[in-house]
Amino acid sequence: MATSAKERNLIAVIGDEDSITGLLLAGVGHINEQQKKNFLIVDAKTQVSTIEAAFQEFTERKDIAILLINQHVAEKIRPTVDKYQQAFPALLEIPSKDHPYDPSKDSVLKRVQKLFGD
Amino acid sequence: MSGSGARENIFATRMALTNTKLRLKGAQTGHSLLAKKRDALTTRFRAILRKVDEAKRKMGRVMQLASFSMAEVTYATGDISYLVQEQAKQATFRVKTKQENVSGVVLPAFEVDRVPGSDFNLTGLGRGGQQVLKAKETYAKAIETLVELASLQTAFTILDEVIRATNRRVNAIEHVVMPRLENTIKYIMSELDEMDREEFFRLKKVQGKKKRDTAARQLEEAAKGAPDEEAIFTADDSAATDLLSSKDDDVIF
Repeated sequence: MATSAKERNLIAVIGDEDSITGLLLAGVGHINEQQKKNFLIVDAKTQVSTIEAAFQEFTERKDIAILLINQHVAEKIRPTVDKYQQAFPALLEIPSKDHPYDPSKDSVLKRVQKLFGD
Repeated sequence: MSGSGARENIFATRMALTNTKLRLKGAQTGHSLLAKKRDALTTRFRAILRKVDEAKRKMGRVMQLASFSMAEVTYATGDISYLVQEQAKQATFRVKTKQENVSGVVLPAFEVDRVPGSDFNLTGLGRGGQQVLKAKETYAKAIETLVELASLQTAFTILDEVIRATNRRVNAIEHVVMPRLENTIKYIMSELDEMDREEFFRLKKVQGKKKRDTAARQLEEAAKGAPDEEAIFTADDSAATDLLSSKDDDVIF
């Protein structure tokens, strides 16, 4: 784990156009040798299967340390997101412009709340 | 007593007893160590939980700010999303992973690693360059918060897993291993006691038999020797009577 963690240094994003633009402006965008992007733009026309595939790809890639995903996008593939328990890459649900952040929907925060409950 | 509960299939000897006692002691030491580890991890876990909760809320605010600055950019410059997407080639905003050790558990922590790059310098050249710069900085700050949160969250996930494993081990030792060893010790003790009693009884029995045999032998010997002795006695008696009754010639008085 120690060696694999060292090589992870990218931040991947799945989100709407505005979030992606902002994050790319900050400099997270990366296109590797196989012309694979580390971000996916989701709009109203994007298929759920496309999101699922991107999610799978980003979680399986060895160079990604953190995967950011817009909460409303995560909502579309909620079962997959809830099933995801690995430490690497760290999955983070972020709010988007049109969808304010709802802590009760976050898969990690749900676990936090559950642990505080008992 | 010894029949109740699971025990190890072991031959009841003194050596096995010593071994089992040693193992029980080992299990107790291990149990207390694991319990300590669990407590240390749980303390850490609680602290992280609280931080995660706070950081998530902070993230909500920071991202709102960032979105607002993005809106400013769109207002001043127009839609730059396509431009930005096309220009993204190499990540200048990366993270570094370092490790932290909490009671034998390796927790990764992400650190922001920014490579000074000249990306998007031409974006907003016509107008709104300042807004673009501002949005860039705001987003960079937001991502810093996100990175912090991600390391907390990773620590949270790993700790959760480790605590669960440790709990399982503690419970297994407490409820399975230790009772079994205790039962084994009880069993061996009772078996040894039983053997002691049996041995004692056997010795008693042997002694009793020996005594009886000696008595019988004596009786037998007595029975065998009695006629001769009687004969001697009677002979003596007759001799004695003879001695008294007969008169010796050489006695002068």
